[in-house]
Amino acid sequence: MNQNGDRYFSVRQASLNGKVPVPFSFRSGGHHGVGGSPWAWAAAAALPIAFLAVFFVWPVTALVARGFVVDGRWSLAGVQEVLAAPRTWRILTQTFAQAVLGTLGSVLLGVPGAYVLYRCTFPGRRLARAVASVPFVLPTVVVGVAFSALFAPSGALGGLGLQESLAGIVIALVFFNYSVVVRTVGALWSRLDPRAEDAARTLGAGRIRVLATVTLPALAPAIASAAALVFLFCASAFGVVLVLGGQSYGTIETEIWYQTTQLLDLPAAAALSMLQLLVVSVSLILAGAARTRQERALRLSGNPVERPLRGSDLPAVLLTGTVVLGLLVAPMVSLVWRSFATADGLGLANYVALSGDAGQFTVSVWQALANSLATGLAATGIAVGLGLGVSYVLSRRPASVPGRRVMRTVDAVFMLPLGVSAVTVGFGFLITLNRPPLDLRSSWLLIPIAQAMVALPLVVRTLLPTLRAIDPRLHEAAATLGAGPGRVVATIDAPFALRGLGLAVGFAFATSLGEFGATSFLARPDRPTLPVVIFQLIGRPGAENFGMAMAASVLLAVLTALVMGLAEWIGPRQVNPW
Amino acid sequence: MSIRRSLVAVAAALALAGCAGPTASTGSPSAADTPSAPTESKTLTVVTHDSFALDKATLAAFASETGYEVKYVSPGDVGTVVNQLILTKDAPMGDVVYGIDNTFAGRAIDAGILSQYASPDLPKGAEAYAADGSNSLTPIDYGDVCVNADTTWFTDKGVAVPQTLDDLLKPEYKDLLVVENPATSSPGMAFLAATVGAKGEDGYLDYWKALKANGVKVAKGWTEAYTVAFSGSSGKGDRPLVVSYSSSPAYEHATQALTQTCFRQVEYAGVLAGAQNEVGARKFVDFLLSKDVQAQIPEQMYMDPVDPDVTLPADWATYAAVVTDPIEVPTAELGANRDAWIKAWTAAVIG
Repeated sequence: MNQNGDRYFSVRQASLNGKVPVPFSFRSGGHHGVGGSPWAWAAAAALPIAFLAVFFVWPVTALVARGFVVDGRWSLAGVQEVLAAPRTWRILTQTFAQAVLGTLGSVLLGVPGAYVLYRCTFPGRRLARAVASVPFVLPTVVVGVAFSALFAPSGALGGLGLQESLAGIVIALVFFNYSVVVRTVGALWSRLDPRAEDAARTLGAGRIRVLATVTLPALAPAIASAAALVFLFCASAFGVVLVLGGQSYGTIETEIWYQTTQLLDLPAAAALSMLQLLVVSVSLILAGAARTRQERALRLSGNPVERPLRGSDLPAVLLTGTVVLGLLVAPMVSLVWRSFATADGLGLANYVALSGDAGQFTVSVWQALANSLATGLAATGIAVGLGLGVSYVLSRRPASVPGRRVMRTVDAVFMLPLGVSAVTVGFGFLITLNRPPLDLRSSWLLIPIAQAMVALPLVVRTLLPTLRAIDPRLHEAAATLGAGPGRVVATIDAPFALRGLGLAVGFAFATSLGEFGATSFLARPDRPTLPVVIFQLIGRPGAENFGMAMAASVLLAVLTALVMGLAEWIGPRQVNPW
Repeated sequence: MSIRRSLVAVAAALALAGCAGPTASTGSPSAADTPSAPTESKTLTVVTHDSFALDKATLAAFASETGYEVKYVSPGDVGTVVNQLILTKDAPMGDVVYGIDNTFAGRAIDAGILSQYASPDLPKGAEAYAADGSNSLTPIDYGDVCVNADTTWFTDKGVAVPQTLDDLLKPEYKDLLVVENPATSSPGMAFLAATVGAKGEDGYLDYWKALKANGVKVAKGWTEAYTVAFSGSSGKGDRPLVVSYSSSPAYEHATQALTQTCFRQVEYAGVLAGAQNEVGARKFVDFLLSKDVQAQIPEQMYMDPVDPDVTLPADWATYAAVVTDPIEVPTAELGANRDAWIKAWTAAVIG
C-alpha cells in the first residue's frame, strides 16, 4: 500500500493512558497502511459532505447572502443596525445563559445517571432507560403544555414560583437533554475496563479519588461530546423556552424566526444567523479542543462490564431516582393523566377518538402515525448510512497538525445543522432547490432529508466515542499480521461500530418521529406526521381536541420508548472482537 | 423550532367595503394576467397555511373531477406562507394560495405575488368581505376575534362580566386577562388591530400601557393562552379572560365572547402570479366557494363561511356569538403599518 497510512495514527494516542510502553514500531512503514489510503477516506467522506453541501450549506448560504444585498448591492447596513440594538445583546446573553445552565444541569445530573443506568444492574433497568429517553423526542409544544400545567399557580408545582422563570426554562432544558448525556456517557461507561479503577483502589485511592482521577478522565471524551451536543440543543431550543419563559425570555432562534417568517427582514435575519453561527462555531471549537486534549485510546471491554448495585452507590441511585421520577416522569404523568381526562371523568374517550371518522380530519391519527413511521425509516436510513461514513473517517487520528485540524473542522461542520435555525434552512430550500434537476420543494423526500440532517450529528456523536476508543494497536496488529484495509475494517472496526449502531439507529428513528421544526416547513397537509397532527389538534378549541392531542402525544411517547428500548435490546452485545 | 402561530384560524382580516378603490397598480401586471391564455398543466400545487383541513373525500372528489394530480404544501402560519411566496416570486412554489388573511393581504398584493381572478361562484353577500377593489384575493371564510370570558368564574365570584375594551382597564378586572403576543400569534395580531381600530393610531399604545398596568398577561400563542392560562378551558388556568374567537363558546359552553371587543379576520384564496396551472388554480378557488366546502369550514377550520346561506353546526348556532359591528381597520392601513405596530407594541408591553 502506501507509506502514508501510518500517519493517521499518533504514537501518543496509541499508548494506554500514556503510560503503557508502545509494543509496536508504528513508524516502520513497511506493512500495509492501516485501513487504506487517504483516498479511501476521502471517498467515505465524499457522500456525506456532498449531502451536507447541497441540503445545508448551499441553502443557508444563499439565504444569508440575500440579507447582505440591499438594492442589488452588497451592504452591511442591516447587519450594523441589528448589532447596534441593545435588544440583540439582551437576547444573546439570555441564549447563552440558558444554554450554559441547561448544559451544566444535564451533565451534573446525567453523569450519575449514566453510572446507575449503564454500569449497574438492577431489576427494571431496561424500563428505566427507555423512560429516560422519551423526553428527548417529545414535541416541544406538548412538553411546553405539560410543564406549564405543572408550573402554573394551580399546578402541582405551582408553589415553587417556576412559572416564567429562568429556573423553569433550565428545568425543561434538562428534561429534554438528560438522556443525551446519560446515553452518550453510559455507552462508553458500560464498556470501560474496570481494571484501572481496581488498580487504583488496590493502591489505596478512595472512591472519590478513583472517580476523579481514573474514571472521569477516561469518560471525558464522551462527556465533552455530550456537553457539546446539549449546548447546541439548548442554544437553539426555542419552542419550549418561549412557552415556559413567557415573554421575558427570547433566544437568537426565536428572533430569526420572527424576522424571517413574520417580517421577511432578511438583513436582520442574516445578521442574527451569522451571530448564531459564531456562537455555535465557538462552542464547537471549544468542545472539540477539550475532547482532543482528553482523547486517548481506552481499553474497552468486549462485553458490558456491569455489576449489581451496592450500598455505596446510594447517593447516585437516590439522585438518579429523584431525577427520573421527579423531573422526567412527573410531567409525563401529567400528560398521561390529561390524555385520560374527559368531560365525564377519566376514560378512554380521547383514545377512541383517535381513530377519528374521516369527516373530522384530513387524515386520521393512525394514518399520521403510518406517515411518521415511513418518514422515520427513510430518515434513519439516510442518517445512519451517512453517519457511519462520517464517524468512520472522523475516528482516524492524523499525526500531522494540519491533518488533525481538518478532522476537527469536518467534525464541527457536521454538527452545524443542530445549531442553525430550521427557519433559515427551510427558507433557503425555497430559493435553491427550486429548479430541475433539484426541484424538491414540494417533494415528500425533503422531509426525511431534513430530519436526517438533524439526526446525523446525533448518529455521529453516538458512534464516534466507541470508534475512537478502539485501541489503534488492534489495527496495527491486524495489519502487521497481513490483513488488508478491508479486512481490518470488517474485523476490527465493524464489530465496535455495530455496538454503537443499535443506539444510533434508535436515536435517528426517535429523532425523526419527534422532529417538528424542519418538518413543519416541509410537511404536506395530505401526509402529515404525528407531531404535525398533534400541533394542529392542540391549536383547536374544545376539550375533545385537546384530549386527543394529549392522547396522540402519549402514543408518540410510548412509540419512542419502544423504539429506544428495542434499539438497546437488539443491539449486538455479544460481539467479541478480541 | 416550533414557535408558530397556534390557532386554527390564522387569519385576520377585515371586511372593509370600499376601503381601497380598484387601483390598477395593485396585483401583478405579469403575462399571467392575460385572460386569453391561461396556463394549464397536469399537476396543481396548492399552498396553504398549516390550519388547512377539509374532508378527505371532498379533496379526492376535486382531484378526480378535475383530473389533476393535486399537491398540497403548507409551510407554516400565514406569515410564513406570504413571506415564502414573496421570496419565491420569480419561481412560484405553487399555483394557488389559500389562507392569506387581511393583516397580510396588503403586503401580498403590493408584492405582486397574485394575479387577478373574479370567481363567478362568489356567493351573493360575500363581496362585503373583499380585501380591496381589485380581484387579487377572493374571500373564503372569516372569524371574529374577541375577548372571551369564563362565565362560571364570574358567577362564582359575583363579579360582572366586562363588556368593552375600556372595562378591561378597571381595577375589578386586574390580573384577569391573558392575550396572545401579536408578533407570534394571529389572534394576538387581530386583538392588537382591534385596539388600533378602537383607540386610533395615537391612542392604542396608551391603552396597552394601561392594560399592562392592570396586569395583562401575554402568552406566546393561542394554545398557551386558551388551553393553559384560561380558566374556562380544559387546562383550568387562572385567568378568566382570554383573547379567542366568537365561535369558541361553541366548544366551551360555559364561556361567552364579548361582542364589543371583536375584530373580524377574513381569509382569502388567490391565483399566484406566474402559476403553471392557472386554469386549475381558478378551479380551486371556485371549489373553496362550493356549498360542500363552505359547509365544512366551521367544523374543519373553525371559521365562518362567507356564504351566508350555509347552515352552521348546531352548537355554533346555539353558543357562538353573533358579532354585528366588529371594530374595523382598513386593509391598506393594516398592510402598511402591521410591522410598525407590532414593534411599538413589543417595546411598550414586553420591553
